[in-house]
Amino acid sequence: MLDFLQQLVSGLALGCVYGLIALGFVLIYKATEVVNFAQGELMMLGGFFVFTFSELLTRYGFGPNPSYWGAFALAVMTMGLVGMLIERLVVRPILGFPQFAIVMATIGLGFLLRSLAGMIWGTDDLRIETPFSTGVVKIGDLVLAYDKLSVIVATVILISILWFFFNKTRLGTAMRATSENMLAAYYMGIPVKRVVSLIWAISAMVACCAGVLLAPITFINSNVGLALGLKAFPAAVLGGFGSIPGALVGGLIIGVIEVLAGFYLAAGWKDAAPYLVLLMMLLLKPEGLFGALGRKKV
Amino acid sequence: MRFLFKTDYNQDIKLFQHEGHWWSYLALLAVLVVLPLFVSKYFQSMLVFVFIYAIVGVALMILTGFTGQGSLGHAAFLAIGAYTAAILQQKGFTFWQYFLIAGALTGIIGAVVGFPALRLHGIYLLIATISFAFIVEEILARWDSVTHGNEGIKVRPLSLFGFTVPQNSDYFYYLCLAVLIIVMLGALNLMRSPTGRAFIAIRDSETAAKSMGINLAAYKVKAFAISAAITGLAGALYAHKMSFISPEMFTLLLSIEFIMVIIIGGAIGLHGAVLGAIFIVMIDPLLTALKDDIPSLMGGAAQTLGAGKETAGWLQAKVAAIGSAAGLKGAIYGLIIVLFILFEPYGLYGRWLKIKLFFQMFPMYKKATFKRQKTYVKTERNR
Repeated sequence: MLDFLQQLVSGLALGCVYGLIALGFVLIYKATEVVNFAQGELMMLGGFFVFTFSELLTRYGFGPNPSYWGAFALAVMTMGLVGMLIERLVVRPILGFPQFAIVMATIGLGFLLRSLAGMIWGTDDLRIETPFSTGVVKIGDLVLAYDKLSVIVATVILISILWFFFNKTRLGTAMRATSENMLAAYYMGIPVKRVVSLIWAISAMVACCAGVLLAPITFINSNVGLALGLKAFPAAVLGGFGSIPGALVGGLIIGVIEVLAGFYLAAGWKDAAPYLVLLMMLLLKPEGLFGALGRKKV
Repeated sequence: MRFLFKTDYNQDIKLFQHEGHWWSYLALLAVLVVLPLFVSKYFQSMLVFVFIYAIVGVALMILTGFTGQGSLGHAAFLAIGAYTAAILQQKGFTFWQYFLIAGALTGIIGAVVGFPALRLHGIYLLIATISFAFIVEEILARWDSVTHGNEGIKVRPLSLFGFTVPQNSDYFYYLCLAVLIIVMLGALNLMRSPTGRAFIAIRDSETAAKSMGINLAAYKVKAFAISAAITGLAGALYAHKMSFISPEMFTLLLSIEFIMVIIIGGAIGLHGAVLGAIFIVMIDPLLTALKDDIPSLMGGAAQTLGAGKETAGWLQAKVAAIGSAAGLKGAIYGLIIVLFILFEPYGLYGRWLKIKLFFQMFPMYKKATFKRQKTYVKTERNR
């Protein structure tokens, strides 16, 4: 039982990261019907930025804690700019073309980012020093490591901020309107292009947060984006591709399934289990747990 | 400009629209037949890869280009074909037997994968095919007793009519060429039959196709089965060409390469599959060659432009450093995909059509002929 709880917490922590990446997919998909296959790469890039910024800050004489938080803030802002840049250069010119073309463009973009990151930061594992890298909390016999708890707590905070932003602010409402119906939003005077740009920025920022949160659990290298990005797909689909809470729930389910399968089943199940769950889901309920898949009316 | 004056419906579906086609394709065939006599073994081997990639390209063209169903799982179909061929060869089947069984088995599995496609479209289908490919990869790696896991399988040279055909002999080249031609003729015939027209109708509008009485379920499964079967045939050839197969050869990367074949070639006709295959196979040696030559070229150019010897040397070293950086190939791949989709959406074949039309229409050519239509209607979600 204790083993099970321990694994469950690991699974939840991993699931939070998947959920955050999936959230990035969902935000962009909801607003523009584009599925961004480069989301994992954005996460990786965020991790690398934090690494570089925190090294720079440490070099200029900041302590470990201020440099971590400072690097975090700087990286999130940089990633926001990167997201907007990608939207402007790659996505906006092909918006409205067959979805397949857009998907391929983002796959190409992922290749490009991955290789560039590999060329700049090398292919070795990098380790980001965080305030949560060591230390545990003991509840009875249950030992919870800070790094895993920090992921869960940070995800809860981030989701609350996003929920507040989307439901309580004018800009968030404009974004929801854009994702409902772009043309109608345009008629209502919403600057659709700018809103879409901002959505890409937010999505890249969320990806960056995922990368930073992941840092204490695994190392950052240039291939981590592909591996985790592809795991986040089942999460997004499981929750219904267009649903923000769905992305998180899907991420948690996939994370827990993966960790439990790795613990209780033979080797190989760990990697295959999320995809098996995904295929079952697609066969039985393709609209996902929270999705609303309409029928086209002629 | 040639005007085809059609007086008969059958003229519309003729394989060769006019005499010019006959002559040009016969000339191409003649060149390909005598080519092995003149080119190096290395180049010939590259051509064999072009043929194999082109066969997969034709398969994907039927599924993605004509039926509009995306797939990022074709590496898995290739793997199933390759493994079936390798295993059956060890069991003592003859080439024709295991070649055809590989195609048939892959086709059946393709039909099974096609079933979820009835309920999925667009992005969901891509994700489903990706997960299928992952599961196949995992099965190949874990099913030790049959596939030998990660150790892979050695494939013996194939024997045909009692002769042994090594993978870099002229006969293997002709075999691949023959399979490609047969597959292409088959695909052309398929696309001018009612089935092919139904495929195109499904691509253009599922709702419209359905209301015209096309059984979406049957045709989508058919498209998947045909595409997978052709890929399975290519897999059998691929196994012989590589002479060794292991699970890590059939990754997502290979599926993406296959998609690149039709995107770069242009997903508007079978020509695209061949042009794309040539591009994808030849880009690797080309990049390697450029990597050796470009730094000194750049240095020389800088020197002739009046830069000092030191600056030129510095530039040369810098360019060489960038050229030999790990992962440059991935970056160039990514850049090529993005640039093609942004600026040449109809691919190389589309570019050829544009050039041809430019000369045919000479002073009257207008760019808008090939303009893509943008849609702002939210079709993908509500379908």
